[in-house]
Parts: sequence; structure tokens; C-alpha cells
Amino acid sequence: MSRVNSLFARLRKERRCGLIAYITCGDPDSQTTVRIIEALKDAGADAIELGIPFSDPIADGPVIQAASQRALANGTKIDDVFAIARQISDVPLIAFSYLNPILRFGFERFAKRALSEGIDSVLITDLPVEASADVKSKLGKLKSVFLLAPTSTSTRIAAVNRASDDFIYYVSTTGVTGARKELDPALLARLDEVRKKVTKPLAVGFGISEHAHYEALHDRCEAIVVGSAIVRAIADGDAAGAPDRAAAVVRRILDN
Amino acid sequence: MKALPDRRGYFGEFGGQYVPETLMAALDEFETAYRKLRRDRSFRRELDSILEDYVGRPTPVTEAVKFGALCGDFKLFLKREDLNHTGAHKINNAIGQALIAKRMRKQRIIAETGAGQHGVATATACALLGLECVVYMGEVDMARQELNVFRMRLLGAEVVPVSTGSRTLKDAINEALRDRVTNVLTTHYILGSVLGPHPYPMIVRDFQSVIGREALAQIRKRTRRLPDVAIACVGGGSNSIGLFYEMLPHKSIRLIGVEAGGRGPQLGEHAARFSGGALGVLHGTRSMVLQDEFGQIAETHSISAGLDYPSIGPEHAHLQKLGRVEYYDCSDELALEAFHRLSETEGIIPALESAHALGWLLRNGRSIKRNAVVVANLSGRGDKDVPQVMALQ
Repeated sequence: MSRVNSLFARLRKERRCGLIAYITCGDPDSQTTVRIIEALKDAGADAIELGIPFSDPIADGPVIQAASQRALANGTKIDDVFAIARQISDVPLIAFSYLNPILRFGFERFAKRALSEGIDSVLITDLPVEASADVKSKLGKLKSVFLLAPTSTSTRIAAVNRASDDFIYYVSTTGVTGARKELDPALLARLDEVRKKVTKPLAVGFGISEHAHYEALHDRCEAIVVGSAIVRAIADGDAAGAPDRAAAVVRRILDN
Repeated sequence: MKALPDRRGYFGEFGGQYVPETLMAALDEFETAYRKLRRDRSFRRELDSILEDYVGRPTPVTEAVKFGALCGDFKLFLKREDLNHTGAHKINNAIGQALIAKRMRKQRIIAETGAGQHGVATATACALLGLECVVYMGEVDMARQELNVFRMRLLGAEVVPVSTGSRTLKDAINEALRDRVTNVLTTHYILGSVLGPHPYPMIVRDFQSVIGREALAQIRKRTRRLPDVAIACVGGGSNSIGLFYEMLPHKSIRLIGVEAGGRGPQLGEHAARFSGGALGVLHGTRSMVLQDEFGQIAETHSISAGLDYPSIGPEHAHLQKLGRVEYYDCSDELALEAFHRLSETEGIIPALESAHALGWLLRNGRSIKRNAVVVANLSGRGDKDVPQVMALQ
């Protein structure tokens, strides 16, 4: 059983909605990223998404785009992401990337390195499930995660449910990432419909920043993903204080 | 030859739909609407009448005797897309897509623009059809093309400055795609070139293929034969695919695409995707992409904002691989020379983009056989570039 699989099994047993924390690797720098991840773990994050910075992140909002630009400006490469992963233990790691950097790195080579550095799965935001068969075969034992959106049709929901290995990442609004005040009520209704159509665990992301969001989602999905709120907190001050600021976001959302 | 793209949007190994899941439904909706409207008589009639009465089609072909003589010993004809309303070929696609949007009941239109020509064309189509229009434009391009920014605002469009990344065309596309993801139900994104995810490269090509269809008929009428050579500049590749598309089955026609050679062959100094790029995925399509060894998209340079883009339409990548179209590049300097020579010899000021095709002819025209018939696409007029050229002197 994979680490991500066991996580969801444990969450089910504990009747708890998990929290997956996203960070952009290399923002503000790789060493701080490692400390941030440790702090996020201590604050109660159940899994970590390691964002691989890309020059043209079309699915991300301004907060994560700015973080990617900072990470690239200080020279962050995929190798640095692997080096970060190597220093982390005891928490499932999901690489979060755009297609081009991995295409360039080589899918087979990426999968081999990722597995040996302790990365469990990869989510490629701009790889739709239709185009995934070839990529998945090259990724071998590295698990892949796919996205669903409120606009996804039944056919696509079924295809993603088949292709997504450990869980499905559900995009919670039609919007891009960015911390919002309130969750769209239509989203919650749509989420309930989608959940009935899938057999894999659902992680709901994009826009979660408050404890009230977590409460609203607690019984509707297996995990939430918190990204922009953490990345914004990291950027909001010096590097030394970044781990504490990131952890505070997780504590606020979990209210512990 | 089998019609391309295939069902999944590929031209051979290039193309496809590499976008976040949130956009997939909208792309399907757009494709379905287009496939239906393409066969709809009333839609065709409405489009054709706007192209004729408003855009001013068909555009003429002009024989450029004196400029042709500077290039070599052949007959040179210019396809005068510069004489379209708004001054470039971009309007052919903008009108077509705006009409589709209207039939899809999308009241809000967004577009990206580099040089401003596509933004102006889209703002114009929206003014004509009563649609709301938002244009994303990089801050660097806004400064380079102040006049077009004002022009779009005159036409009632909102111009949104993009301050991320290199603050040019590719960043404007990023912002437009983000807007599209956010406002997926109410908005149609009019992409201006044969780029982006399927079905854009197909639909933009279809709307631009009027250029080559007209040119073939006009050249046949004038010379009683097919052209021997057709040549056009290639940024994203819409004017060139527009010229080439109907000529593809005529194997005797030599097709030449000219990319921006910029200041030289170093990465960042040009926009020559075939000589300097590698297979990659940018803005939803798999094609040849200028990038560094880590897969980060490279910045590009060209004297012409319209060619200043790190990727190329997937159909071009396919045609290059097949060897059906030859691709070369032309430097800033040579394009600028052609800009001056055409103005002086023919009384036509070309867009700096189009001047790249003319520059290639100036340099390489001697290799074209005697009495050949050559048609070059004059994709736009150069009025927009006059302040920039003036500043260079």
C-alpha cells in the first residue's frame, strides 16, 4: 500500500478530513522550504504538495505565480525539488508541476528520481486525462493524480476516476487558486454530485483559507488542499519567520 | 491527404489540448458550436457579408515590379491584407470568432494582444457586434504600441496591463487563459493566432484560409497559372497558414515561412523556433518551443512585437517535419531594410512582421528561378510601426 493510500485509509478510520498543504519549492529558498514543510507537518498537515516552479503557470493565480517567479529567479531547478524531498520523511509528498519542465527532464528519469527521493505521486496540471496514457506508462511506479472541475462532464469524471491513482484533486471553484472569503454554495452542491460518481478519495482545492471552509467541506470530501493562503503567508515577511507564518495558516484552518 | 487536425486535435505529433481541467468543457463547447456553424448557411452568409461590406474583402493582389527587381528576376505579387479594415489579416479571425461567440450567447469577449493588431481587430469586431471586450496586453508591449492601446480604448474595449513575467505577448496569453478559467461560463476567449489548445489552431486557420483561397484565384486570373512560390512571416503563424492552407495540395508550389531572426542566434535574442527551439508544451499546445535546458520558457526578441513569441502553431511544426513548408529566419536589420525599400519603391509601408518575408526575398531572391510567380503575404500595414522606426533613426 502506498503512503498516500494508507493516509486516506487512516483518515477514513479516524473519520477525519485531511489537510494537504501546497508550497512552491524554492520560495524563498530551498533550505527554508525544508523548514516550512517541517513546520506544516507539526501544525497538522497530512501531506505536502511540492510545487515545481514554472515560468508560465496558467492554472495558478497571482500569489503562486509570483512565488514561482521568485523561486526561478533564485535558480530553483527540479534537482532542488528532489533535494528538498530527500530531507523530508514521514509525510506523503505529491509533486505538483506543469507538463513542460517534466517533459524536458524526461518522464522516465523524473519518475525514477522522484521515487528514489521519496515522492509518492505527481499531479501535472496541464495534462488532461485524454493525453495521459502515454505519460502514465512512462511514469511507471510513480502514481499520478488528475484534476476534476465543476464543469467536468460525466464521461470525463469516469475517465479521471479510472486514471487517477491515489486520489482525485477536485478544483473547488471555476476560479483559479487564490484565497477567497467564502465558498461558492453551488460548488458544494456540485461537489456532492461529483463525489457520488467517483470511487477514489477526493481532495478539494483552490480557494481554501478559513476554518469555516474546512468545516463546510469536512464531511463532503476526504481532504482539503491549502495553497495560496500558505504561499501568501510565506511571502509576507522574512525567511526566518516563514515556517511559523505558514504553520499558523494550517492551525487557523484546522482550528487547533 | 487526410484532413488535420485529427479528432483529438493533433497535427501529427503536434497540437492537442494541454490545459487545466476547468477549461476542457469550454473547449468542447467551442468546438461543437463551430462544427455546427461551419455548415450553417445563415452563419456563412452573415460572415461573408461582413467580410465583404465591412472588412473590405477580397483584398487585392498588387504586382510589386520595382521591389521585385531588387529581389531577383521573378514576378512578385503582394497579397494586400494590409488593406483590410483595421490594417491587418487579424480581423478575418476576430470577426469569425466573435460571430461564434454571439451564437453561443457569450456576451463577454477577452483577447490577448502583442503588437495590438489582434486586440484592435477584436475590439472592432466587438464594437460592431455589440459585445463587451477586455484585452490583455503586456506592459512592455503597451509602451511599444501606445497608439494601438488608445485605439482599442476608442473602440470601447478595456485594456488590462499585464505586469507578470516578461510583460509581453506570452504573459498576456497567461492572463487571458486565467480569466477564461475564472469566467468560463460567460466569456469567450478570442485567441488571435493558430496557437493554443485545440480547436483554436483549426478554427483560426479556417477563418484565415480565405487569404490563400483568394490569392490562388487572383494569381490564376492574372498569370493563368499557379504561383511557384508563396511566402509569409511566421509568428504564431496565422497569416502564413492562411496563405498556405489552400495551396498545400498543390505540390508544385514552394511554401516558405519566415521567422524572426532578431539580433542573433543566442537564446533570448530571436524568435526562431525551428532553429533554436525544442519539442515542448506551452499555452495548451505541443509544438516547437524556445526554452532553457530545464524546460522554462525562454524570453524572445524581435523588432516586431507580432513575431515575438516563444512557440509556433502546431500545424507549422507538422508541416516543417513533413518538409512541405520550408522555414527560414530574417534578422531585425534585414526586415528593417525591407521595410524601407518597399516603402520607397512601391509606396506601401509594410508592417514590420510582414517585412520579414520581404527581407528574406531581398536576401535570397536570386535563388528563385527566372520568371517564377511569387506571392508574398503583406499581412499588415506599417503605420503602427512608424513611431518605432522613427525612434531608431
